[in-house]
Amino acid sequence: MNSMNAPEEIVLHGIAAAPGIVMGPAYLFEKHIPRIEEKSIAAEDVEREINRLKNAVARSEKELQKILSLAEQKMGDNKAKVFEAQIMILNDMILFNAIYHRIERERKNSEFVVHGEITKYQQVMLSSSDEYMRERVHDVEDVKNRVIRNIQHEKILSRFDDHSIVVAPILTPADTILFSRNEVLGYATDSGGNTSHAALFARALKIPSVVGLKNVTSCVHTGDYLVVDGYNGVVIVHPSEKTKTECRERIERFDAFEATLNTLRSLPATTIDGKHIMLTSNIEFPEEIDYVNAQGSEGIGLYRTEGVLMGRDSFPPEEEQYEQYKTVADKAFPHSVIMRTFDIGGDKVMAQEHFEENPFLGWRGIRLSLDRPEIFLPQIHALLRASVRGNVRIMLPMVSGLKEIRLAKKFIEEAKAKLRQNNVPFDEAIKIGVMIEVPSAALLAGEIAQEVDFLSIGTNDLIQYLLAVDRDNEVVSSLYQEFHPAVLRTIDHIIREAKRHHTPVGMCGEMAGDPLATLLLLGLGLDAFSVVPTVLPEIKKIIRAVSIVEAKEIASRALAMDSEEDIKEFLRINLAAIAPDIPLPEE
Amino acid sequence: MIEREVSIRNRAGLHTRPAASVVKLAAKFKSEFFIIKDGFEINGKSIIGVMTLAAEQGSQLILRFEGDDELLAAESIVGLFDRGFDEV
Repeated sequence: MNSMNAPEEIVLHGIAAAPGIVMGPAYLFEKHIPRIEEKSIAAEDVEREINRLKNAVARSEKELQKILSLAEQKMGDNKAKVFEAQIMILNDMILFNAIYHRIERERKNSEFVVHGEITKYQQVMLSSSDEYMRERVHDVEDVKNRVIRNIQHEKILSRFDDHSIVVAPILTPADTILFSRNEVLGYATDSGGNTSHAALFARALKIPSVVGLKNVTSCVHTGDYLVVDGYNGVVIVHPSEKTKTECRERIERFDAFEATLNTLRSLPATTIDGKHIMLTSNIEFPEEIDYVNAQGSEGIGLYRTEGVLMGRDSFPPEEEQYEQYKTVADKAFPHSVIMRTFDIGGDKVMAQEHFEENPFLGWRGIRLSLDRPEIFLPQIHALLRASVRGNVRIMLPMVSGLKEIRLAKKFIEEAKAKLRQNNVPFDEAIKIGVMIEVPSAALLAGEIAQEVDFLSIGTNDLIQYLLAVDRDNEVVSSLYQEFHPAVLRTIDHIIREAKRHHTPVGMCGEMAGDPLATLLLLGLGLDAFSVVPTVLPEIKKIIRAVSIVEAKEIASRALAMDSEEDIKEFLRINLAAIAPDIPLPEE
Repeated sequence: MIEREVSIRNRAGLHTRPAASVVKLAAKFKSEFFIIKDGFEINGKSIIGVMTLAAEQGSQLILRFEGDDELLAAESIVGLFDRGFDEV
């Protein structure tokens, strides 16, 4: 507007994946599929062409070594193995000798030959009936594209400027690791969800991120100035001076707010009238615990054991699982850790053995564990052994009725007997709990509460199943309503039923970390909140600002309302009155 | 030339990690080493080749060794297969 040449401001909406606001230049990370043209080369250029390829392979290997060592630092040796296999492909002399010979014999450009040779192998892999094998095609594709990119643009990747915002179609674990250096300001991606590994790492590393922006890569060029608002899921391209000033003010406000939150870290999560709330964190990797402790978390309310599967071809043996679980338990000690048994299937990792039309309603969580004792038993053994200091709890996911719980408990008893027999120490009084995330389990909360030691409400799946909405399906995702009256009533029912049987009840879904829901959940009687560690201080601040009496009044009025809009508006007004400085997403 | 028949014993089959172990071990010998599955033959010193085999648990493979140290190579590589690539 002001200047003839200033490009117009573009505002893009996506999913807030990691909180924080940053401004800076964009770095467009294009994982473009390289264009391969077939070119003939002169006889005297063959040697030069082969050298071009050799240099590209060497550069690719250097890149992968860097990724590998970063992966080892951040994720441990085992998960890094994927990258090791990619490096081995670069060193596959059978493959590359065939490529060099073809370049000599056919006098074709190297990218054309590389593409042709490697694609042959991919086609064989794709024709396999094995789901896992078809998945591995992506690893080979990664290597192939890396080499071709290095042949074509000799320096592009190493030119990543520190203090940039990485803009990409999607970030894979390899990319996230590569960029997860302190100098990266933020991430903005076309696709990806809030629960992707990239989002998870971004949150753990406090890198403000917005995902699911659909077309950010087509609006942005490297060097363009950007604002990434990881609170509201907004990216602004070419922000106007006015927008920049506003953002600077907001950043200052948030920094000041963060500073006040710092003082909260050592204070307990207790309401004005003295009810102590267990405020804990959700994690997936042992590496997250130091951060979680620094945030003032009272332990781990959800440890997703699927973390041990990342980057692996097969289920890790008991010993390896034990080491990982023990590390988590020790790092969290004296606080307790709720370890959830494998919740695989659905959108999770390792769907290699079984293809399902509708995985969310399929073979996942406890269903898979009970059907596959050779997977479940080693995990139970490892969990029990890790419980030796008395701070481990076991939680079962995707339970839909009592039969599954009884069967799982039988397995656990069996494992305990075996350990006793072998004089292996474990916590005899270990507590067993259940995730309430299937509507049938919610209705049976009373009966389930009598069967186990604790309940934990998993809101993400519960809402999805209750409202019959796939929130990753863009067409219907707006129907996914955290504050739908039926959701409130279901949560109320679960908590009441649990209390009737004196069984503690917590929540580990996203709703537990939504500041707008805190007053409501306190009022409904929730005893424990398990949240993404970044939001923990905010939630604590709200808990410390209210009395249970007040919260109960708010909850009972919200329960009587019949529309999500009314409920949200009502909660917003109350939160603003009780904790005015909590930043909320703009509607 | 030596030929040996082996079967895949580990649950996950001849996936990336076992494939890497096989190739690494094969590289220690001078002999040529081929793996034959269902009439399809690949060079056992090529990781990308071994990866394409998609040999799952129970698959029967023929291993062929040819060279000065073929006896030694056969003994140690067949051993690795027999131990289920040490991961079972």
